[in-house]
Amino acid sequence: MSSPDNGAAPRRRLSPRRRAQRIRAVQYAVLIAVIGAAVLFADWSQVGRTFFDPGLMRDTVAHGLWRALWNTLVYTAGGFVIGLVAGTLLALMRLSDVAPYRWLATIYIEFFRGLPALVVFMAFSLLPLAFPGLAMPWPPYGTVWAALGIVGSAYMAETIRAGIQAVPRGQIEAARSLGMTSGQAMWQVTLPQAFRIMIPPLTNELIMLIKDSSLVFIVGLSAANFDLTKFGRAAANSNVNITPLVVAGLGYLIITLPLSIIVRRMEASASKGR
Amino acid sequence: MAASDALVEIRGLNKYFGANHVLRDIDFSVARGEVVCVIGPSGSGKSTLLRCINLLEQPQGGTVVVNGEDLTDPDCDIDAARRHIGMVFQQFNLFPHHSALDNCVLALMTVLKKKRPEAERIARGNLERVGLAEKMDAYPGRLSGGQQQRVAIARALSMGPDLMLFDEPTSALDPELVGEVLAVMRRLAGEGMTMIVVTHEIAFAREVADRVVFMDGGGIVEQGKPSQLLSDPREPRTRDFLKRVLKPAESED
Repeated sequence: MSSPDNGAAPRRRLSPRRRAQRIRAVQYAVLIAVIGAAVLFADWSQVGRTFFDPGLMRDTVAHGLWRALWNTLVYTAGGFVIGLVAGTLLALMRLSDVAPYRWLATIYIEFFRGLPALVVFMAFSLLPLAFPGLAMPWPPYGTVWAALGIVGSAYMAETIRAGIQAVPRGQIEAARSLGMTSGQAMWQVTLPQAFRIMIPPLTNELIMLIKDSSLVFIVGLSAANFDLTKFGRAAANSNVNITPLVVAGLGYLIITLPLSIIVRRMEASASKGR
Repeated sequence: MAASDALVEIRGLNKYFGANHVLRDIDFSVARGEVVCVIGPSGSGKSTLLRCINLLEQPQGGTVVVNGEDLTDPDCDIDAARRHIGMVFQQFNLFPHHSALDNCVLALMTVLKKKRPEAERIARGNLERVGLAEKMDAYPGRLSGGQQQRVAIARALSMGPDLMLFDEPTSALDPELVGEVLAVMRRLAGEGMTMIVVTHEIAFAREVADRVVFMDGGGIVEQGKPSQLLSDPREPRTRDFLKRVLKPAESED
């Protein structure tokens, strides 16, 4: 494209390194301009008061943050476990020899991947309209877990299927040649290796579920069952200040950052084992 | 040989991959204790024939009888039959998430339902047999190709097989590592194991095999004692193949 034609190019072009140098200089200039504008035009004391009020921060932490954090953890963990089990089942169905199983799994996955999680939660909270007398166990956990599990399983199924297919065929052949049944080969040989491959994408899905758990407010909760978002929003509304929401946001980071570190460790040790 | 002492008895075997007819009416049998080397150009169907013996490939026609049991019969418990048929692959196919010892232990526990101590005792014995007593706790990724293939042999032997199938066991190895694997196989043959070996190692076939089978185009072209077949082949195709393999530098095309 930009290669000189037999050295006949009349205009001297910048060398690639010079060009990269200039592009970098422009990027720094833009960054400095944006920061300068922010410093000049924002009322920082007002921003500080609404986002980072120290007294209100202490207050938020002391009055229910840990409870909300725990609830978010419980909602997510339950949803993830259900999603993982159902997702594995769906992945196996997608790889099944029985065509209707493949169709069913595909329909389920495409349907729930395409639907906003919000809609699933709404549908779940209205489910008793269709099934009068239907009561999910352990309210509100049963409903939240089921809704998160349904959304999560659709995503996880595709991740798990890809992981299973990434395990070389020779592994199954070796297992079968030793007399293992196809089920034993799947559980003893394919899945342990597949889950190693799946750790990074599954973590992404776990983090996504943590964030989707903020939709539990749709189900209708008593204060003791508030998750981080609902808790932060309620406190922000009653104090007319954004600080509690910032604290709740930091609460999510308390969960997700250690998770990233643990997963990185697991990946490192798994790659050692290979 | 009499039918009674045949461990493997294949009749009228036909295998297609789509429209490709890869095995054509194969009749083939192996006696107990016999070591048979199968040679032939790539695409001749020799690996497919081997993989039909433990039904990793499902043939479309014919019967495969091993140890008196017809594996092609739909009522045959193929998982039970495979316990007695060890297989060694070109790419080793060790389980990368298990140590050398656990590679051997896994099937002993899951398939033969042995308790851990007994499974480990058997596995250790077989790893010692292939000269890997010091590498029991190593993961496959830390082993050389030759060591990996010896673990794979130990894994197959741990099941106490009546028959060992080798599918080009040295083709994926660096040349200097071929010898250690062939040495293990030679010792195994000396101990009286029934072996079917698909290989390009003509020298090994000459020395160890009781019988050499030459395959081409999906059929058995010629078979006989190694001294006869490898030195004085009857068929022109065999002669041509051996010339290419033994003197590759002199090939004309």
